[in-house]
Amino acid sequence: MAVKKIAGIEVQVNDEGFLTNPAEWTKEIAVELAKEEGIELTPAHWAVIDYCRKSAETSGKAPTLRTITTEANVSTKDLFALFPKGPAKKVAKISGLGKPEGCV
Amino acid sequence: MKTFLILGAGTAGSLMAREMSRKLNANEWKIMLVDKDNNHWYQPGYLFLPFGVYKPGDVVKPKTKFIPRNVDFIISDIELIEPDKNQVTLTKDKKVIQYDYLVIATGADIHPEETEGLKNGGWRHNIFDFYTADGATALGEFMKKWDGGRLVVNVVENPIKCPVAPLEFLLLADWYFAKRGMRNKVELVYATPLSEAFTKPTSAKALGVLLEKRGIQMETDFYAGSVDSTNNKLISYDEREVPYDLLVSIPTNMGAPVIKRSGMGDSLNFVPTNKETLQSDKWQNVWVLGDAANIPASKAGSVIHFEMETAVANILAHMAGKEMTHKFDGHSLCFIESGYNKAVMIDFSYEQEPVFGSYPFPVVGPLSLLKETVLNHWGKLGFRFMYYDLMLKGIPVPLPSKFSMAGKVIK
Repeated sequence: MAVKKIAGIEVQVNDEGFLTNPAEWTKEIAVELAKEEGIELTPAHWAVIDYCRKSAETSGKAPTLRTITTEANVSTKDLFALFPKGPAKKVAKISGLGKPEGCV
Repeated sequence: MKTFLILGAGTAGSLMAREMSRKLNANEWKIMLVDKDNNHWYQPGYLFLPFGVYKPGDVVKPKTKFIPRNVDFIISDIELIEPDKNQVTLTKDKKVIQYDYLVIATGADIHPEETEGLKNGGWRHNIFDFYTADGATALGEFMKKWDGGRLVVNVVENPIKCPVAPLEFLLLADWYFAKRGMRNKVELVYATPLSEAFTKPTSAKALGVLLEKRGIQMETDFYAGSVDSTNNKLISYDEREVPYDLLVSIPTNMGAPVIKRSGMGDSLNFVPTNKETLQSDKWQNVWVLGDAANIPASKAGSVIHFEMETAVANILAHMAGKEMTHKFDGHSLCFIESGYNKAVMIDFSYEQEPVFGSYPFPVVGPLSLLKETVLNHWGKLGFRFMYYDLMLKGIPVPLPSKFSMAGKVIK
């Protein structure tokens, strides 16, 4: 566990750079984390991020790739275009959530 | 008379039936167990079928052999579960069962139809699975006659049953083709949605090194979107192409269709379950065990063995109106068969990733964690005996349920 300064705010992150407390997340942090991944956030990105934040609020965990594509009205192909390589992992990171639990 | 109903007579269902037949008062409770057929497959044995180590007959026994006599065993598909009405309808004779307590142990299966083109022309020609006895046997027949080429193992999406099985398949394939003097004619490739060989850092690194040493190539962050079986290409959602001559697929794993029909599952038909109490998130008198649950533990027999103590204690406490004090810690133990009569072992929990060390005792072991040894291999082979002849018959197995840090080395 380490403390990292993102967008001027000190937050707790794990070894892989995921925020450990979703409550510490802000939209400004999302913009910075996305930049680290080489992504410039557009409204289409924000729609997915908003869905993931909401989903995690009720379930307590980051949604998996399949959950996002079945529930957030976005095709898998589009999701990959928005968040290249592992999209579920990337969007979870940018949304300040833990790593999706699909990978046990 | 009250009814304790168990759906699924695999590892979890059979063990639960036996436990409850010992614990519940027979004058008060009737125990019912339902499954679609009478074949109890030793699923970890499927891995060995393609390599000719086991034959199908070695990995199947009648379920009735492991079900106590005072349990009412019904062979039928399940039509519908209505947890709000405490009611289950069977396919056979449309029989309706009213229950007081329900255990869901309906497992997980592969669904190749979830991936575009996977079940087209190539299926069972040069595309196989090894998660069914049929698939593993057909793959073995193919490999016997194969004169070499590019063998690609692909995990379509996680979670899958026995997350180490794809690695074991690759390591065994390296050994199998070397033994046949044709390893130089076979290219081995692992296409995985993970970024490394395995999920957690220490084991991912150790197992990655092992794959590299054995000349197995990795295609990471690979999410299979479709299969072009005319041109023998596996294509990812981000349009990377992986050509193959032989594709060994681990298709999407999903919970039973009845879970979907009953509206009880998540997007993969796994039932939302409390990862500590093993009780359904939504229904107080429903417990979910083994592969059917959505808990973040491996889908593996060892996990079921470790879950049982918690589940039984909590169900009995709940029946008595007492607080449920047992918490499952996510304990999982796996052998990774690596060929050349050796195996690697990992032991981990929700909180603790797999690390190096010895098991079950510090220093003396006798089994080694995250290292290839001959003793681990005999441990793995011994498991089939332990499974059929001890565990399923209710004879205590010398593996404590609680995860322990004894013998583990933290760097």
